Amino acid sequence: MTTIRTPEPRPAEPAAPAIAPSPDETAWRRRHLLDLDDFGAEEIELLMTTTDAMKEVLAREVPRVPALRGSTIITLFYENSTRTRSSFELAGKVLGADVINVAASSSSVTKGESLVDTVKTLQAIGADVIIMRHGRSGAPYLAARHAVCSIVNAGDGLHAHPTQALLDLYTMRARLGDVRGRKVVIVGDVLHSRVARSDMWLLTSLGAEVVVCAPPTLIPQGLAGAGEGQLPPVRVETDLDVAVRDADVVMALRMQNERMTGGFVPGVREYSRLYQVNAGRLARAKPAAFVMHPGPMNEGIEISHEVAHGLQSQVEEQVANGVAVRMAVLWLITRVGGRSRT
Amino acid sequence: MSERLVIRGGRVIDPARRLDEIADVLVEDGQIVEVARGVAGDGAREIDARGLVVAPGFVDVHTHLRDPGLEYKEDIASGTRAAARGGFTTVCAMPNTQPAMDNRATVEYVLRKAAGEAIVRVLPIGAVSKDRAGRALAELGDLAETGCIGFSDDGAPVGDATLMRRALEYASAFGLPVIDHCEEPSLSHDAVMHEGWVATRLGLRGAPAAAESSMVERDVALAAATGGHVHIAHVSTRAAVDAVRRAKARGVQVTAEVTPHHLTLTDETVAFGARGGDALLYDTDAKVNPPLRPQDDVDACIDGLADGTIDCVATDHAPHALIEKLCEFDEAAFGISGLETAFGLCMRLVHAGRLDLATLVERMTIGPVRALGLDRAVPGIGTLATGAPADVVLVDPDAQWLVEPERFASKGKNTPLAGVTLRGAVIATIAAGRLVFESEAELV
Ligand SMILES: [Zn+2]
Ligand SMILES: [Zn+2]
Repeated sequence: MTTIRTPEPRPAEPAAPAIAPSPDETAWRRRHLLDLDDFGAEEIELLMTTTDAMKEVLAREVPRVPALRGSTIITLFYENSTRTRSSFELAGKVLGADVINVAASSSSVTKGESLVDTVKTLQAIGADVIIMRHGRSGAPYLAARHAVCSIVNAGDGLHAHPTQALLDLYTMRARLGDVRGRKVVIVGDVLHSRVARSDMWLLTSLGAEVVVCAPPTLIPQGLAGAGEGQLPPVRVETDLDVAVRDADVVMALRMQNERMTGGFVPGVREYSRLYQVNAGRLARAKPAAFVMHPGPMNEGIEISHEVAHGLQSQVEEQVANGVAVRMAVLWLITRVGGRSRT
Repeated sequence: MSERLVIRGGRVIDPARRLDEIADVLVEDGQIVEVARGVAGDGAREIDARGLVVAPGFVDVHTHLRDPGLEYKEDIASGTRAAARGGFTTVCAMPNTQPAMDNRATVEYVLRKAAGEAIVRVLPIGAVSKDRAGRALAELGDLAETGCIGFSDDGAPVGDATLMRRALEYASAFGLPVIDHCEEPSLSHDAVMHEGWVATRLGLRGAPAAAESSMVERDVALAAATGGHVHIAHVSTRAAVDAVRRAKARGVQVTAEVTPHHLTLTDETVAFGARGGDALLYDTDAKVNPPLRPQDDVDACIDGLADGTIDCVATDHAPHALIEKLCEFDEAAFGISGLETAFGLCMRLVHAGRLDLATLVERMTIGPVRALGLDRAVPGIGTLATGAPADVVLVDPDAQWLVEPERFASKGKNTPLAGVTLRGAVIATIAAGRLVFESEAELV
């Protein structure tokens, strides 16, 4: 790790009431949040209703509750992401926790300290929760195996980004009520997208019809035709004009420049001509359809400027819901984990 | 050093002579004297083998002993002790040491150290190219004279087709094979496991089966064109098995080996472990190159071993230090410490009715000897013929035992089988007439 910033002094605690009690906390048994591939409908429902309660907290004049007072949350980011890190940091602070940000180098190996050692060190200085972003798939699983504190996956390699998927779901439900039977189209670099993987698990487990659309070079192997329980049951469609037909939600994924140079697609021009979410294509979706994007957007590449900022865009709502969802996650896992509290 | 021993009453399986009967084996001065019923012991040390199978000591043509240079992973002493525990009396040492075994001096060092510290026979494999860099041929003539039984850049393929062609041509002058780790790097780069639904589930980069089979096809074509002998290391895909089968039918000089893990474990082991389950493990001990494959490839490997397309079982014993596996999956070293579990793991095929015991013994004894022509270096090796080296293994095909890596003789505790019960145990190993291993494990 390179820098440890000391936590800001905790502001004077407002005499706010505790958050609205969660409906049935006994449904929650998880100490870690690593992925959503094994979540049941009941747990997801609990997360969503807890998020409702957190939204209510955030709407207060003084959005602070002492729910996690005395807890220490450490964000351990091996990849930079100001958006995700600040969202978690704010979530922890609203709940009254001490939040410490650790910016780890991109490679623990070259730094000579192993991930396991780092996690043990952070535990030793009092972490109740480690929120971890790592460039290597599965890194949070390694951490969780060696941790007594809770591990929250804030994105690991190409594998999973569970809190992003949860905020996507929350945002969809705010518009659609229920996602069952709704058609969600995920467009773009599915191969390299941990967000898409977590979204696919979550949405299909709730009965949504998920279509992924990308050039065949950006569709993960085995996704089409996977056996039951192996991968989320999605449909693969390579023609975006066909895919968006009658969609309720169109989600565009970030197209990174290195994919262009990496030979997955011939170039930006052709990619955006074939796979950009724009007004013309959106017109083929349902009239009330809306557009989402996990950010940061490359406007003019995977999404047109007018759609990104148009009336059908829910991108800002996604960001706003992120804090509430992460509050819900922190609140629920610390009911189970959090060694200092037991 | 050597003792006079009589191994009494075991079921003697000696595939080289199609022998499978209850008999005694008399050993003296490091050689097999007699295999018959009612052998007169005359004061020889008696070993009771009733209820056990007695076979020629196993021969592993693909062992990474890591010595010199990487002794923290394994050395000749620990590696040959692991071999003895696994029933192996001969191991062929791969040259990806530091420095590489690409020159006479390094090979002589290995042989000298083996003479002092090894408890089973060590036969060296020389590198194909200088520094294993894949550019210029190593001095294969020197290496052959020093005692190398073949050439390989294993750890890496011979990527350059012209270099492979030249190696096959040049090595044929010494009658020795080129052993290739077939993996087309432009198809497999960055891959850490097999490409398929499991890799997608885990978000890990996968190598397609074609990365292996396309290079097997190339090597077969070059062997056909040059008349050289290519030995395909660790075949792991159906397409590669098919390529070898077709080439053999055409009379190409090609032989092949398969590892115990590619015969028994699938890519799902990476996700869920060898004991199965629902939780994702990212088991770095199942990270190996070539990667574990889906069941269809495993089935093709078993069928290929059974019908002789694949000549032998080879462990690709690849020991690593704990720290090299206790890390993120992408960062973890490739390889499985395989000598001590090889027989028990392969016995799964016998117990499942996919392979008969005599065939398995063949593929672990005379099979590898014939594949690489080892009997030119060591006459009689892999058999229990009179005058052959007294390399003998006693196994109990039904004894069950728990894999506990901390009890391995190998320094490499890296196995995905920790906590797994195997049925089929090595009871004793005799190398050059000396009892080098005797089981004290709790067997059930
Ligand atoms: Zn190899
Ligand atoms: Zn090898």
